Amino acid sequence: MYVAVKGGERAIDNAHQWLAEERRGDTSIAELSIAQIREQLALAVNRVMAEGSLYDPDLAALAIKQARGDMIEAVFLIRAFRTTLPRFGASTPIDTGSMACDRRISATFKDVPGGQVLGPTFDYTHRLIDFTLAAGGEVPDAARGKARTEPTPHVTEFLDKEGLIQEEADSFETPRDLTREPLDFPADRPLKLQAITRGDEGFILSMAYSTQRGYGRNHPFVGEMRVGAVDVEMDIPELGFSIALGEVTVTECETVNQFMGSKKQPPQFTRGYGLVFGHSERKAISMALVDRAMRWEELGEDNVGAPAQDDEFVLYHCDNVQATGFLEHIKLPHYVDFQSELELIRKLRAEVEAAQEADEEAPFQEAAE
Amino acid sequence: MSDTVYQGGFTNPPQDAAHAFRATMQAMARPGTIETIKGGQAPRPVSSAAATLLLTLCDPDTGLYLAPGHDSQAMRDWVTFHTNAPLVSAEEADFALGSWQALQPLDAYKVGVPAYPDRAATLIVEMGSLTASGSKLSGPGIKDSAALNLPEIAAFQANRTLFPLGFDCFFTAGDQIAALPRSTRVEEAA
Amino acid sequence: MSKNQNNLTNEQRARQARLSVLATASSDQLKALWHRWTDANGAPEYTLVRAPEIGTVMVRGRAGAVGAPFNLGEITVTRCSVQLANGAVGHGYVQGRDKDTSLAAALIDALALGDQASALDADIIGPLQAEADGKATERAEKAAATKVEFFTMVRGEG
Repeated sequence: MYVAVKGGERAIDNAHQWLAEERRGDTSIAELSIAQIREQLALAVNRVMAEGSLYDPDLAALAIKQARGDMIEAVFLIRAFRTTLPRFGASTPIDTGSMACDRRISATFKDVPGGQVLGPTFDYTHRLIDFTLAAGGEVPDAARGKARTEPTPHVTEFLDKEGLIQEEADSFETPRDLTREPLDFPADRPLKLQAITRGDEGFILSMAYSTQRGYGRNHPFVGEMRVGAVDVEMDIPELGFSIALGEVTVTECETVNQFMGSKKQPPQFTRGYGLVFGHSERKAISMALVDRAMRWEELGEDNVGAPAQDDEFVLYHCDNVQATGFLEHIKLPHYVDFQSELELIRKLRAEVEAAQEADEEAPFQEAAE
Repeated sequence: MSDTVYQGGFTNPPQDAAHAFRATMQAMARPGTIETIKGGQAPRPVSSAAATLLLTLCDPDTGLYLAPGHDSQAMRDWVTFHTNAPLVSAEEADFALGSWQALQPLDAYKVGVPAYPDRAATLIVEMGSLTASGSKLSGPGIKDSAALNLPEIAAFQANRTLFPLGFDCFFTAGDQIAALPRSTRVEEAA
Repeated sequence: MSKNQNNLTNEQRARQARLSVLATASSDQLKALWHRWTDANGAPEYTLVRAPEIGTVMVRGRAGAVGAPFNLGEITVTRCSVQLANGAVGHGYVQGRDKDTSLAAALIDALALGDQASALDADIIGPLQAEADGKATERAEKAAATKVEFFTMVRGEG
């Protein structure tokens, strides 16, 4: 039960004023612009878009500025803002096969149509802090080659043709939407994928890591990971046809996992799938591993008690806004609750002390009630 | 889509919808009161109050059933352009629009489930007119009693026995609206 | 759900292509080209059928890239519908939260229903498409430079 606390308005107003000042910091230093955040902290913007479930780079940049860089706070702002917008409809599913890939790698096949395209990656940087960045300055132009114009086919298509990889069945059902109805079990795969794509990156990463460390029988290979822009199309009833409404950059990861077969399925490769807004490799790979772990039942595998196999555990705890909401609520006044706890403790101690005293004074008498 | 479908939306959606919502809420909170709402205009024979109600309450997440007499291509196009509400069967409907006769049978409509009594249908019943006389209403939101020219008594008494489940109703005529939530006790006129 | 896209007339196809270019174009560039057009040709008279409205579209992906659709997340979209004095109704849908851009797109769509289509395509759609193509090509060229050229090592004896 919460106690209505009056009289805090002035304190709150002053707190907000000081917050605004702290947010601004030293005024002799230039103020950050939204464009600067959008351009130069693009991966932070990507994370906020993915977990906020709203692709709007300027808005995400503004949320990061307002949240002073606290990413979960920024996600909270985006989620709250999203609820004020009417929804016009749903797109036709994006076609990642037609993506113009900025980056495209496969850990399973070396020579693939389209090749191994590294893109703007951190992978080979040795992780040495670059102090020249502190000084700023001109960045040399990136080298250019001959642009690829053909589409880049998915690597799993090759395994598919040999029949070695589990089929991915299409469905005509409208996918359920976590932003419209509360999470309910049993949760089908589309719902699980929605939950983990918007789930906390750290949590999903840890769950994925746990499957690699033996909590779950995954041995994943990255069949393919690709990053690039795809068109978003939607049917427009008043036009009578569909149009492209926009373009989103997404990261897609398909993992290929060993599977020795079970009562339900023959030996074959099985799939994990990750798809995230923006350039977000760690999240996409993690998502694929967690997706695969949660599919144990569908594949007739054993539940070895791994946390990542427990879909209720994963899905109830992956949303960082929900998590922080409940966590941080314990800061709210619980004065009456606590008062009653205090009274109870005092009463119990008094009873214990009274009983001890009675024992000392009259050890051969029965203790008073 | 014919071009007439584009007419009849709110000219100032945020304000028009807010006004209409407030009046609608009052009607439902105080059963028997007759409110006026305006701003919407749909193809015949839909009343302007019903059109305004659809603009205010319907969106891509609310399934709408158009009962015979109110179901036409023009109306479907209008609903799609202005609200994008899915057009569904009576069994799936969150909202149902029609005359009292056309909306029958009532057992087709969702009445909610114990965990979510709100997942029930709301009927929008088009009437010839609305007057504060006829059936006697009492219960939550009503001081002593109220009166409204309901199309019948038995159906609402039967609905009341389902409480907390049951459907809820709006009644529309011209630019007027009245409402009957499932919690209201309905009796013959005194 | 989706109308068979193979049954579109040539005009519908052209309209589809035009609206797609307008939706994904840079807001600033679209508005600049539109103002240049209205400076040269006059601004059209119109009434608002649907005032510019900011909303979202839920983007869907497919499990395993080819399987069951799932909800990935929403994008912001601004839309607008206008009616010209001659009765033509135009619709504009643009990515992002910019009401003026959606209004410009709707007016361009409406005007293109009349005899202005080829002029609009030349003066507005063409430049927007070229800009988008240029950016895409630039990215593709930079990506191509990062493609690994493998040297296969031949293991020697001993």
